[in-house]
Amino acid sequence: MIESRWDVVVVGAGPAGLAAACMAAEAGRRVVVLDENPQPGGQIWRGEDHHWIRRFSASGSTFRGACTVVDQPEPGVLHVVGRNISYHLRFKRLVIATGARERFMPFPGWTLPGVVGAGGLQALVKSGWPLAGKRVVVAGAGPLLLQAAAFFRSRGARLTCLAEQTPLRRGLSFALRSGKRLQAIALLGRLCDVPYRWSCWPVRASGQERVESVTLRQGDRMWTEPCDYLACSFGLVPNTELAQLVGCELVDGAVRVDEQQETTVSGVYCAGEPTGIGGVDLALIQGQIAGCSAAGSLQRASAFFEQRARWIEFRARLQAAFALRQELRQLPDPETVVCRCEDVPLKEIRPHSCWRSAKLQTRCGMGPCQGRICGPIVEFLFGWKVDSVRPPLTPVRLEQLVNRGSAATADRHDSHPG
Amino acid sequence: MTADVIVIGAGIVGAACADALTQGGLRVVVIEPSLAVSGATGAGMGHLLILDENEAEFSITRYSRDRWNQMAMEMPSSLEYERCGTIWIAAVPEELPLLKQRCAFLQSRQVRAEILDSQQLAEAEPNLRPGLPGGLFIPDDAILYPPAAAGWLLKRAEQRGAAVLTGKRVTHIQAWGVELEDGSRLEAHHVVCATGMWTPQLIGGLPIQPRKGHLVITDRYPGFVRHAVMELGYLKSAHGRESESVAFNVQPRKTGQVLIGSSRQFGVTDARPESRIISSMVQRAIDFMPRIAQLSALRAWTGFRAATPDRLPMVGPVANRPNCLLCAGHEGIGITTCLASAGLVSAFILGDRPPLDPKPYAVERF
Ligand SMILES: Cc1cc2nc3c(=O)[nH]c(=O)nc-3n(C[C@H](O)[C@H](O)[C@H](O)COP(=O)(O)OP(=O)(O)OC[C@H]3O[C@@H](n4cnc5c(N)ncnc54)[C@H](O)[C@@H]3O)c2cc1C
Ligand SMILES: Cc1cc2nc3c(=O)[nH]c(=O)nc-3n(C[C@H](O)[C@H](O)[C@H](O)COP(=O)(O)OP(=O)(O)OC[C@H]3O[C@@H](n4cnc5c(N)ncnc54)[C@H](O)[C@@H]3O)c2cc1C
Repeated sequence: MIESRWDVVVVGAGPAGLAAACMAAEAGRRVVVLDENPQPGGQIWRGEDHHWIRRFSASGSTFRGACTVVDQPEPGVLHVVGRNISYHLRFKRLVIATGARERFMPFPGWTLPGVVGAGGLQALVKSGWPLAGKRVVVAGAGPLLLQAAAFFRSRGARLTCLAEQTPLRRGLSFALRSGKRLQAIALLGRLCDVPYRWSCWPVRASGQERVESVTLRQGDRMWTEPCDYLACSFGLVPNTELAQLVGCELVDGAVRVDEQQETTVSGVYCAGEPTGIGGVDLALIQGQIAGCSAAGSLQRASAFFEQRARWIEFRARLQAAFALRQELRQLPDPETVVCRCEDVPLKEIRPHSCWRSAKLQTRCGMGPCQGRICGPIVEFLFGWKVDSVRPPLTPVRLEQLVNRGSAATADRHDSHPG
Repeated sequence: MTADVIVIGAGIVGAACADALTQGGLRVVVIEPSLAVSGATGAGMGHLLILDENEAEFSITRYSRDRWNQMAMEMPSSLEYERCGTIWIAAVPEELPLLKQRCAFLQSRQVRAEILDSQQLAEAEPNLRPGLPGGLFIPDDAILYPPAAAGWLLKRAEQRGAAVLTGKRVTHIQAWGVELEDGSRLEAHHVVCATGMWTPQLIGGLPIQPRKGHLVITDRYPGFVRHAVMELGYLKSAHGRESESVAFNVQPRKTGQVLIGSSRQFGVTDARPESRIISSMVQRAIDFMPRIAQLSALRAWTGFRAATPDRLPMVGPVANRPNCLLCAGHEGIGITTCLASAGLVSAFILGDRPPLDPKPYAVERF
């Protein structure tokens, strides 16, 4: 049995997904939004009282949290899995708004406990993990570094260093030209007593049981900074897996979309980070366009085109300004683990000619994360194309792979907060 | 330069041929359009087992399995070889006589085998559903990781001087050698065609058909399954000609992961995993091992077996194709049987005594 009552199915309840759902529902479509998190809001608004979340609640959309889309068992049908549910859902129109994940960079010691993604640590702290009094080094690339640092500081962390791999000149000219100038200045103001170092990056994390210090490099200078946490953020990687599974084409690692945010698969739209890392403002605009298009209101969609063009320009400048420097490719030594799930060191991967060969012979990318973490790493290190997407998109209990037609039980998890 | 032998295809069969031929002192060139082991060999389960549906199947699997076990000492750990043994399960009491008959046959041929009663079976595999009538235990069957095994055989051949040309596709086989897609020619005294399911593209008129199979792998649960465990009904699925069937077949990987098979489909060429098939395959596994339902599944994928009408490989000279030997059609047991096939191929070329009677596998039997 396949649940078939929705006009528009939205996957992902971040800014892009919420905006799409609002537009489609406000145009009278029956909309359901699925997210693997129990709460809507995506990476930045989760658990907050944001006006877009309130608008979403009032829009007439249905929200199903704590459920993940893991497969497209047949064209036009999604396989949805939750803690105690597993069912098939048919869509007339699909909006893919699956966001992005953090990009990791391997260097000696990066797998030590205490070396974490800056976004991951933020999420942890938001769920109650204490950070007060802890020494935190924040390192990586891009504007999220600044936001993460300000957030850690607000939770009582002692920020001992902020290492931005980007050269000052590039960072500055981006900040001055961007629409986010004021935001950046405000953030910097809050961090004015923190050593903010440009052209600076971690080369090694050291410690016995967990990280105790990080060795940083800036130009020819190298020094060791003691810390309790090293929070890294080397940018984001678009979550394109669902789009790929549905058959959408990619360009440069992002989902290809047309003016209406429609992918190369008819009736399937994509908005937000999967189409390229551009931040929350672009995600919202693309989401609104996708929502209008999916509801058939092409006219309304076109009202946002001009704004979108501006933010796409912003995206291009963002990506150019914070592009990762080639020196980072030299960071891992032969023994550095690249695939954390399967414990595969760099020296075993290097002799191979492509991802598939490395994967078959070393098990790299075969563990529970299925290459979500090490795939972008080897892409950066070796330029290999990592393109094998197989169901399930995330690990599921075996029994959830069995079709039992339990669609009816899905309703119990619906919420109509509005 | 003229090579002694060109081997077309770097799956495990081509790799085993290159290994055997270089052992015989021949200069070998292996040609592979894609990556080594990107075909069926990169997809299969790696169970090294004896099957005994008929004399020909028994001889080829028995010879090969024992050869693998002899080679175990030389294998690097990356092959994940483990002599875990096979347990065949009777699902219903009516299947017990067949189990016993197979056991007696194997024992009469000096293959170690024993019958497990219901309780022994439960002790050997505590996660099986209680009350199964019994099993047949074949302790010397083993498992390994096929891509690494093929890679190892290929590397041994290279160390003896074989050249492996990847990224080159053979378009025609001639009496003097092969023609490649890029228009170039390579000469050799003999050509061995080890191209699995792609063979009909090079040699027309052969009854080799792709037979799709699905597999699912779990996260690590060391000790959850201890042997390669299969239902007796697997034989019906494997030997039958039905267009679609599934059977209970699980393997403990050395990593602690559980590999779950297996399905068989004719007439499908789309490689995408089909949720309908996965669903019935996993349901079958849950029927036999209820607690498996709770394990976390990481990935599902598919592969194609190169199936012949009698499920035996086609190994030997090809009519009207001078200097060409075929070595393909290994269906669902090519990881096991590649060693016997390679032994036959090298005996043909070197004029040695074959390791087993080649007749049942001769190309002209169809
Ligand atoms: C770790 C991290 C931290 C960030 N921190 C900040 C920050 O502090 N400040 C800032 O301005 N920007 C931050 N960003 C960037 C910010 O997320 C984006 O700019 C913006 O949220 C993009 O919106 P989106 O709707 O495209 O994606 P997201 O907000 O990422 O939403 C995508 C949603 O899709 C869901 N999803 C994905 N796949 C599936 C699936 N298969 N089934 C069901 N649900 C699925 C996810 O659970 C998620 O809720 C961060 C990004 C990341 C990855
Ligand atoms: C799901 C599944 C489970 C299995 N489980 C087991 C098991 O447990 N035990 C067991 O023993 N066997 C098992 N098998 C069977 C086993 O995997 C195969 O029999 C074996 O891998 C066949 O090897 P091969 O070298 O003949 O074929 P392949 O590995 O397919 O190699 C053929 C090669 O030829 C190349 N090629 C094709 N065309 C050309 C050309 N024109 N020029 C040059 N090269 C070419 C291809 O690229 C390919 O690399 C299983 C198979 C499947 C699908």
